[in-house]
Amino acid sequence: MVKKEIFMSQPLITADHIWVQYPTSAGTKVILQDVSLSIMPAKIMTLIGPNGAGKTTLLKVMLNLIPLSQGSLTRKADLKIGYMPQKLTINPSLPMTVERLLSLGTPERISKIQTLIDTCLKEVGAFSLKHTPLKVLSGGEMQRVMLARALLTAPDLLVLDEPMQGVDVLGQEELYQLIAKIRDRRGCAILLVSHDLHLVMAASDEVVCLNTHVCCSGHPSQVTVHPGYQNLFVAPYQHEHDHRHDGGL
Amino acid sequence: MMEDYKDLMIDLFFNTLVCKALLAGFGLSLTTGSLGCFLIWRRMAFFGDALAHSSLLGIALGILLHMDMNVGIVAICLLCAAILTKTTSHQHLSADVWLNIISYSALALGFLALSKSGSNADLESYLFGDILTLRVQDLYWIYGCSALVGLFFYWKWRELLLITLDEELAKTAGVSVGLVRATFMVTLAFTVAIALKAVGALLMPALLIMPAATASRFARSPEQMALIATGTAFLGVSIGLVAAISFNTPSGATIVVSCLTLFLGSMLFRAR
Repeated sequence: MVKKEIFMSQPLITADHIWVQYPTSAGTKVILQDVSLSIMPAKIMTLIGPNGAGKTTLLKVMLNLIPLSQGSLTRKADLKIGYMPQKLTINPSLPMTVERLLSLGTPERISKIQTLIDTCLKEVGAFSLKHTPLKVLSGGEMQRVMLARALLTAPDLLVLDEPMQGVDVLGQEELYQLIAKIRDRRGCAILLVSHDLHLVMAASDEVVCLNTHVCCSGHPSQVTVHPGYQNLFVAPYQHEHDHRHDGGL
Repeated sequence: MMEDYKDLMIDLFFNTLVCKALLAGFGLSLTTGSLGCFLIWRRMAFFGDALAHSSLLGIALGILLHMDMNVGIVAICLLCAAILTKTTSHQHLSADVWLNIISYSALALGFLALSKSGSNADLESYLFGDILTLRVQDLYWIYGCSALVGLFFYWKWRELLLITLDEELAKTAGVSVGLVRATFMVTLAFTVAIALKAVGALLMPALLIMPAATASRFARSPEQMALIATGTAFLGVSIGLVAAISFNTPSGATIVVSCLTLFLGSMLFRAR
């Protein structure tokens, strides 16, 4: 029991003072500035922030898709990550069913992973779509299918980039409940990007408010009263950027 | 007696000629079918176009350096593919502009080089192809390349499909995206090289794209689409070949028109 406690307290990924910047004709463009955070097992962490705040970039850094300019990233050994991209545009000329899409997630033959595919589809409530061609799925259905796909490898960490995109308001609440349920059932950590603040507050353990740098972070109830958050979201039009609220809570 | 003998000779000659052309057509379909599907799925139809056009420069290179034409074509195609991959990631100009620039500068440069090379190069056959003039040696190239392309598809099929869906998703699933993409370019370059003599630099993209477009109306899985595209390509080449001989028309153009007919015919059926 004690051993498990120690194991549980070790972060899955630690980002240590990371910078991402590109040289452009107008000088260096900084996308991420001195960002540090730890993703803990079995916790839901949500990244919020205005457009262009570097949320997706931060996710991609975590996934090793984008190289760091500075800083370091430590991953737990053998960390299994399930990734759901922001939006997958399926070329309608590509004939593929939901089942086939899921089967591409592992090198196994499709006949060997039937039960696994069924389990994951049932878990996200998309079992009835198993034999449906991808091109006829609605936005919400596609998101569920991509979520099932991310679950296929039994990941320690689920990375979801704006999972609510293209999902109507009713569906969004359902999807959030589903994500929380998946965490409870599987005990995996979840890192997600979101725009919708009200829904975020309900399910997240930790909210990171990003605007190139980390403005503030902590439990949703703490973040909502933080001046950095207030500046960004409550009175966005009066926002005058200063660095007084750096460093988080 | 002498008359009979002559008839027999003509018959025999004609038959081996047609036979060779059909064999070539079958070998070509094996690669162009599946490759065409990936070009469509990955929205790379014009990419195929550009590489096909650049093959003319490859022929010129082959003649100037006194080496096998196919080697020159593969080299130039790979060079163009590398340039296009590099340029399209710098979004100052959009991808279609770069495709146009590469495509037509390679075509023009190749045309200039060939006309100045002093060889008695038959430009028309390079531009529009003639499957009836293929030699046995060409058949070796065709079947050798088909085997390589087939092997690659068999070995990397899942990875190729994952990359087609989303490159970043593929990366997180452990696919070495760069390697698979580069190998795909190599297979495309080889296919352009072997298809050149049959359908020519200008008409070749049609043989890549049309059968795959026809197949997309009927297929329920990626594998099915590749198979149907292969069959359609072979049917298109065969019908085109027979028609070219019957009506005494240029074979490359007739093959493309026959592929077009199959595509238009497929529109009569309801798409799946």
